[in-house]
Amino acid sequence: MFTWLHKMGSPPVLYRVAERAAPWFKWTSLVLLAAGLVGGLILAPPDYQQGDGFRIIYLHVPSAWMSLFVFALMAVASAVGLIWRLRMAHAVAAAAAPLGAGFTLVTLVAGSLWGKPMWGTYWVWDARLTSELILLFLYLGFTAVVNAFPDQRTGDRAGAILAIVGAVDLPIIHFSVKWWTTLHQGSSLKLSGSNIAGSMLWPLLVMVVAFTLYFFWILSLRVRTEILRRERRASWVLSLQGVGGARGGAR
Amino acid sequence: MVRELLRRELLIAWRRPGEAMTPVVFFLVTSMLFPLGLSPEASLLRPLAPGVIWVVAFLAGMLGLQRLFRADFDDGTLEQLLLSPRPLTLIVLVKALGHWLVTGLPVVIGGGVVAAMLFVPARDVATVIAGLLLGTPVLTLLGTVVAALTVSLRQAAVLGPVLILPLATPVLIFGAHSATLAMQGRSAAQAFEALAAMFILAASLLPVAAAVALRISHES
Repeated sequence: MFTWLHKMGSPPVLYRVAERAAPWFKWTSLVLLAAGLVGGLILAPPDYQQGDGFRIIYLHVPSAWMSLFVFALMAVASAVGLIWRLRMAHAVAAAAAPLGAGFTLVTLVAGSLWGKPMWGTYWVWDARLTSELILLFLYLGFTAVVNAFPDQRTGDRAGAILAIVGAVDLPIIHFSVKWWTTLHQGSSLKLSGSNIAGSMLWPLLVMVVAFTLYFFWILSLRVRTEILRRERRASWVLSLQGVGGARGGAR
Repeated sequence: MVRELLRRELLIAWRRPGEAMTPVVFFLVTSMLFPLGLSPEASLLRPLAPGVIWVVAFLAGMLGLQRLFRADFDDGTLEQLLLSPRPLTLIVLVKALGHWLVTGLPVVIGGGVVAAMLFVPARDVATVIAGLLLGTPVLTLLGTVVAALTVSLRQAAVLGPVLILPLATPVLIFGAHSATLAMQGRSAAQAFEALAAMFILAASLLPVAAAVALRISHES
């Protein structure tokens, strides 16, 4: 595992691995996305209470899963970067953050659009919605810190600390927000999510896997641009473009 | 060394009282705005009081954070502390304690005064103070991590609160509702247990994070 980490820690190696992995993630995610959409939007029967409105679940739940998954991935990458001083791990975390923020935003927008017909209002201070909003602020804070420093390395490592503290804090935030909502309102706003019929469930699971693969597809593209941006002065990047040392210095 | 460091922190605050007093003055002034902005009615202010006190205490806690490490960073004291044979975690913990004694404790006491002025019943003022006593150190410790991260940045005063406030939401929730529950005659034990747990967690883990953050800031 350590030799693997060290291999991946080399920018050209990670660049090429990402290049080779991208099409695999792309095609599997697109196929599963198509299958999940057909299963969710056409094959699954309308809900007996919510009619066709429930179908937003196929967007909402996978993005909610991704918003947490990406933060966990960022925290692990940050810890690896801090402990073994792997700059590429920080590059992966930095490349993942805007995607995580995007998934969080999609979750919030889809959730509030779902809330309008079901709860009669776009926003309620529901436990999960509120935690998701706080999560969005954590993503924004991470990105702000990483970009605030003139020196890339300092920004990376400062962001890493924040990601790790945030990942430890996240369960506490969720627990506190849950406690807070039980204090103020009953569970009248809960959706009947515990027992989903099989014909509704399998497209959801397919969508969750498809979203995860989609994330890795976009991540491998973003990691490559991130590497190119960070290593723009390295000789292997210049040789990629077929640019000699003389023209590389023209910038 | 621990005692000298704490003495130094308190002495600096004593010599420059204006800087150290800013958070508590801000706390009192801002709390005064709520009756002016809402209504002087006791029936309206009383249920809002715990929330108002905690939110304003949070904002006041953001104010003084720059003084934690900035001056030491500028004049090179921080470098000496980093070179010290004592564990940096301990040094950070002592600095956080000094900062809390200077800026946090006055807000805790001021919180009792404001609670009384917002018509919180006398027997529940103690609950407000106890909650603040457990909650504001957690806020200071979170602030220590972020102040250590951003000590070399010029825009730290703006960036800091944006980073701390989302992380600190559990403290706000349990803190404000411990007082609200007590005022409603319900048991606040759960909230206090959560506050105490967060205090222990913060005091044991966050100084480590702040120490690492200081080293990162210093290396740049």
